[in-house]
Amino acid sequence: MPVLPKDIIYLDNNATTPVAPEVVDVMIPFLRDFWGNPSSAYSFGSQVHAYVEKARDQVAALIGADPKEIFFTSCGTESDNSAINSALEVTGKKKIVTTAVEHSALINQCEKLQKKGIEVVFMPVRPDGTLDFKEVEKAVDEDTAICSVMWANNETGVIYPVEEIAEFCKLKGVLFHTDAVQAVGKIPINLKKNKIDMLSIVGHKLHAPKGVGALYIRRRTRYSPTIIGGQQERGKRGGTENVASIVGFGKACELAGQRMDEENTRVKAMRDRLEKAILEKIPDVFVNGDRKHRLPNTVNFAFDFIEAEAILLMLDKTGICASSGSACTTGSLDPSHVLKAMGLTPARARGAVRISLSTYNTDRDIDKLIEALPPIIKRLRAMSPLSREHRDNDSYDVAAARAKFEEEQVKEAKKELTSA
Amino acid sequence: MSDTKEYTLYNDKVMDHFMNPRNMGDIQDADGVGEVGAAACGDIMKISLKIQDGKIQDARFKTFGCGSAIASSSMATELIKGRTIEDALKFSNQEVVDALGGLPPVKIHCSVLAEEALKAALEDYVKKHPEAVEHAETAATK
Ligand SMILES: Cc1ncc(COP(=O)(O)O)c(C=O)c1O
Ligand code: FES
Repeated sequence: MPVLPKDIIYLDNNATTPVAPEVVDVMIPFLRDFWGNPSSAYSFGSQVHAYVEKARDQVAALIGADPKEIFFTSCGTESDNSAINSALEVTGKKKIVTTAVEHSALINQCEKLQKKGIEVVFMPVRPDGTLDFKEVEKAVDEDTAICSVMWANNETGVIYPVEEIAEFCKLKGVLFHTDAVQAVGKIPINLKKNKIDMLSIVGHKLHAPKGVGALYIRRRTRYSPTIIGGQQERGKRGGTENVASIVGFGKACELAGQRMDEENTRVKAMRDRLEKAILEKIPDVFVNGDRKHRLPNTVNFAFDFIEAEAILLMLDKTGICASSGSACTTGSLDPSHVLKAMGLTPARARGAVRISLSTYNTDRDIDKLIEALPPIIKRLRAMSPLSREHRDNDSYDVAAARAKFEEEQVKEAKKELTSA
Repeated sequence: MSDTKEYTLYNDKVMDHFMNPRNMGDIQDADGVGEVGAAACGDIMKISLKIQDGKIQDARFKTFGCGSAIASSSMATELIKGRTIEDALKFSNQEVVDALGGLPPVKIHCSVLAEEALKAALEDYVKKHPEAVEHAETAATK
């Protein structure tokens, strides 16, 4: 178990995760003793090389890749940015297809590219955060340089059918990239069984330290680097390797493989218990995002009539760390672009709180949250001018929207029954 | 970590007004009520006033918003109690910021929301009691 500061209950594992002690242990020798440059000719440096390669094997094994298809980077953002840049360069095409719910790493890059004259299609999502495959069929065409759809969303946990989309793109001759930063280690991924061309991973979401990630590039995919320098990473990513972090990242991937079952059983059971308890104990709460196609560790609640920051500050007083949507938007006033894309009104999007677990969480953590949350919500609602009678200023009919959404879910369930 | 400056979003005073807000609630037979939404973030604040003899006897708030918005409304209601309408009409958000010992730059608009809610409540009162302002104006020009 990682040692957390006393009295801290960490429930924000989609933002970052505690570093596993096993990971720290394998890293320390490379900080203290074996600090040589792996590219050096003398053995003090070059001996380190073997450990970088071992880490590459470990990362590859977790996602069913060949080690030669793994290229270490400095973070998820770099992996995402590099994949997009490369596709534009190698294809010479000027169109990107992505979704409206990507991480800001991709959204902001694409918005910048738009200003430079690149056409970007941000495919919309349904109210439950899922993507209609027709949107892909409509948007991806011969002019498309790359289609990029995240494997799982960081705010809602919603999982996207990236393997099917990759298949479709392959038929169209279009490159496909997925930001799998939130999916790797939480759900099984086997790149031998699909047609994904590029995939982004980052260490700090799976108990490795921050500042190390990787880009998977399928063999024979044309690639043009963004970070240009020495011949590190076989010329695809310049810069002296962050050896200690890479070694730790490798170990973390090995552990994630071993813990995948636990993630999908014990962790999922904790998440489900939490969700059930909150929905039962607190009125006017809604779960954002499709509950069926979702990461096992994530739940995103919308608490009507109150604002998330106030909830988080009060939770913080009890030692509980949670977040509103993405950690990257703290300090920004705009409600989550993900929830906005799902059609939530600004008022409702502002009441969204994300809880994300890891294998280091215990039933006790969940009990604490279930105990702490209801009085906080009650207190803040007593302070709020909004209520069932007075929903918000933009006269949005929450009840009607919810009824419509639930009706659609029932319809879908029926459809599944009849097709089964 | 002991030699690093502690980094928190809000200072102790703001946290105190957030955790223990003063004057939270509604006034049953309020003389003026104002409810406004912030353009910047969509947060909403409502202030109710009890006014007697041209003076604010009581002020209450209800806020849908961040910690800074709740603290600002708590502080604003504290500050304006006992003031004359004339004085209250000159109220500015800077008073709230100062009394709270400062707010983070992105959170200044939360105090503006408090000023706007107060002014809306005063306007509501004035609409119902036009004589009150005439009285105040003649008093001011004297
Ligand atoms: C889905 C997704 N993509 C990309 C990133 C960016 O990772 P990093 O902050 O390491 O660059 C994150 C994490 O914040 C994420 O959740
Ligand atoms: S009132 Fe909008 S962020 Fe504070």
